[in-house]
Amino acid sequence: MEKPVTGSKKVFMTGNESVAWAALAAEADVMFGYPITPQNEIMHYWARLGPKYGRKFLQTEDEISAGFTVCGAVIAGKKAFTATSGPGNTLMQEPFSMAEGMKLPTVTVIQQRGGPSSGTVIYSQQEVTLTTYGGNGEGHRLVYSTASNQELYDYTIKAFNVAWKYKFPTFVLGDGYQAKMREPLEIYDPAERGIELIEPTPLVGVPGQIGVDREPQHLCNIYSLEEELYEAVMHLQSEYDRISPEIVEYEISFVEDADILVVSHGVVSRSVDDAVEALRAQGIKVGSFRPITLRPFPTQALLDVLGSGVKKMLLVESSYGQLFRLVRQEIYGETVPIETLFKPGVGIIDTDIIEMIANMI
Amino acid sequence: MVQPVMPKTWYRPTKPHKFCPGCGHPLILKALGEAADELGIQNQLIYGCDIGCSLLSWDFFAMDSTQTHHGRTTPVMVGMKRARPELICVGYMGDGGGYSIGSQHLVNSAIRNEKITLILANNTNYAMTGGQLAPTTLPGQKTETTPLGRDPESTGYPVMGPEMISAITGAGAYVARGTVSKYRQLKGFIKRALQNQMEGNGFSFVEALSTCPTNWGTNAKQTWNWLEDNMQAYFPTGELKSPFRKED
Ligand SMILES: Cc1ncc(C[n+]2csc(CCOP(=O)(O)OP(=O)(O)O)c2C)c(N)n1
Ligand code: SF4
Repeated sequence: MEKPVTGSKKVFMTGNESVAWAALAAEADVMFGYPITPQNEIMHYWARLGPKYGRKFLQTEDEISAGFTVCGAVIAGKKAFTATSGPGNTLMQEPFSMAEGMKLPTVTVIQQRGGPSSGTVIYSQQEVTLTTYGGNGEGHRLVYSTASNQELYDYTIKAFNVAWKYKFPTFVLGDGYQAKMREPLEIYDPAERGIELIEPTPLVGVPGQIGVDREPQHLCNIYSLEEELYEAVMHLQSEYDRISPEIVEYEISFVEDADILVVSHGVVSRSVDDAVEALRAQGIKVGSFRPITLRPFPTQALLDVLGSGVKKMLLVESSYGQLFRLVRQEIYGETVPIETLFKPGVGIIDTDIIEMIANMI
Repeated sequence: MVQPVMPKTWYRPTKPHKFCPGCGHPLILKALGEAADELGIQNQLIYGCDIGCSLLSWDFFAMDSTQTHHGRTTPVMVGMKRARPELICVGYMGDGGGYSIGSQHLVNSAIRNEKITLILANNTNYAMTGGQLAPTTLPGQKTETTPLGRDPESTGYPVMGPEMISAITGAGAYVARGTVSKYRQLKGFIKRALQNQMEGNGFSFVEALSTCPTNWGTNAKQTWNWLEDNMQAYFPTGELKSPFRKED
């Protein structure tokens, strides 16, 4: 069958469309989803494009089902994914927790909308806590926070690879702006960029005859003894700690001599970049730190930057401190004063940040 | 002493099993095991169990198996079947898992005529959590959360699962209700529910009336009487829908 994306192509499309193309290029087999704005078009494009390339789609009865059908397909050894937002993300925490407990490489794209409750269908960064640490577990998840439609494409492909390589539930955390906005980007065949796609492997229905050349597979997620669960969780933790250095990603700019370090993630980091450039032109020593992986968090990288003479930090986000709390826990013990610009559920532009920094100096 | 013969698809290292003496679950699982033996599908059948007393069967079979969550076995099996249609996906759950917390999955997968097989044990209570009201609890029956007996005025009447499923499924679906007291018939229903999936006809659903002496607080004789006199009188057994010709 012909590849959905050959070579490399310049396109002008929404983030949702770019996710669908990326999932095709990553050789995802099946998507399960339930309608919710602002992620709908991921399903719409997939439902149209998928069948042309032998890929499957099912609109499930709700997000709980979408999450669990993804778990089932992954257990059967197929690259399966879903996409959701807001209340749908809340409902999916139960299947995500099963994926954590059973080390299932599920892939989920979250396009954050405003909360709490039904909030808005527009935009926010209020699903950071839920996506990184939701569920009744320890947050053994891999979470990429993207800032552009190009990154949605790049990191969706990466998410499938990382999930199937390391066997942790993996998330691409976008937002309503990225979902709906049209931007120029390049879509490409991963092979052309030297990206080798990881082949999925089944946990059940594996080759061989039971009792002849193999034992039956018995997968479980509930334990009789405290000690058994402890073993299982500690195993997950040590695996997570072991692979984290290979996974953490971040972006820095103008940090070498920065007095003020602005920390932000996702689409807000683009406004920060604009603000930093404008302030630098005025001779103000500002730099930017942007975690790309929120789980695992690039803690050492941030500590290194802080250690190089930063006098103040500014935390900027479209939520009331969800990134702030994440950062604070990671840099516990650091004494650099932190100021905050929190706009829950509201977009942030460069002038907001410039104004804030003017008050800080 | 002659040992009873175990189905080939039972996993010997985990026997004796973990269910209470007098429990109906192992009889249903014996019927499933024997049906799988007869159909020769040990290597294709994937068994998914709910959280309820059914979870005790996670390592019961010499067949690939997975636990899921309470009420979520149906979507896990749907996802598996959609991903790999060559697998024979069988979900096993209690009446709480199937008719209460997982009812939206049961109803919608039935409406979509998903090509999976679900077996639901109806023991008229939530057994694993200590005997609370289930959607199937009989009128007047005492449970931990209906200590004066189920009052249909405030908690409704027992759900008639197979009747509901047969009303909402399309052509090709197989729906039956059996009981552990009529073992041969129950095994026949389960076998046909598997064959129906193997032929790709449609959704296959068997409710099995089952016993729970532990939470009913009954001795052996009382247990059997409760099943045959009360449960079977309320929940009629038989095939409700079948693409096959009637035969027993
Ligand atoms: C989301 C969720 N809610 C509640 C529970 C607790 N729980 C475990 S088993 C069970 C009921 C089991 O009853 P049933 O499904 O009828 O199966 P049985 O034990 O009778 O075989 C409940 C409520 C759970 N595990 N998960
Ligand atoms: S509590 Fe009831 S259903 Fe559970 S194993 Fe014991 S008898 Fe069986």
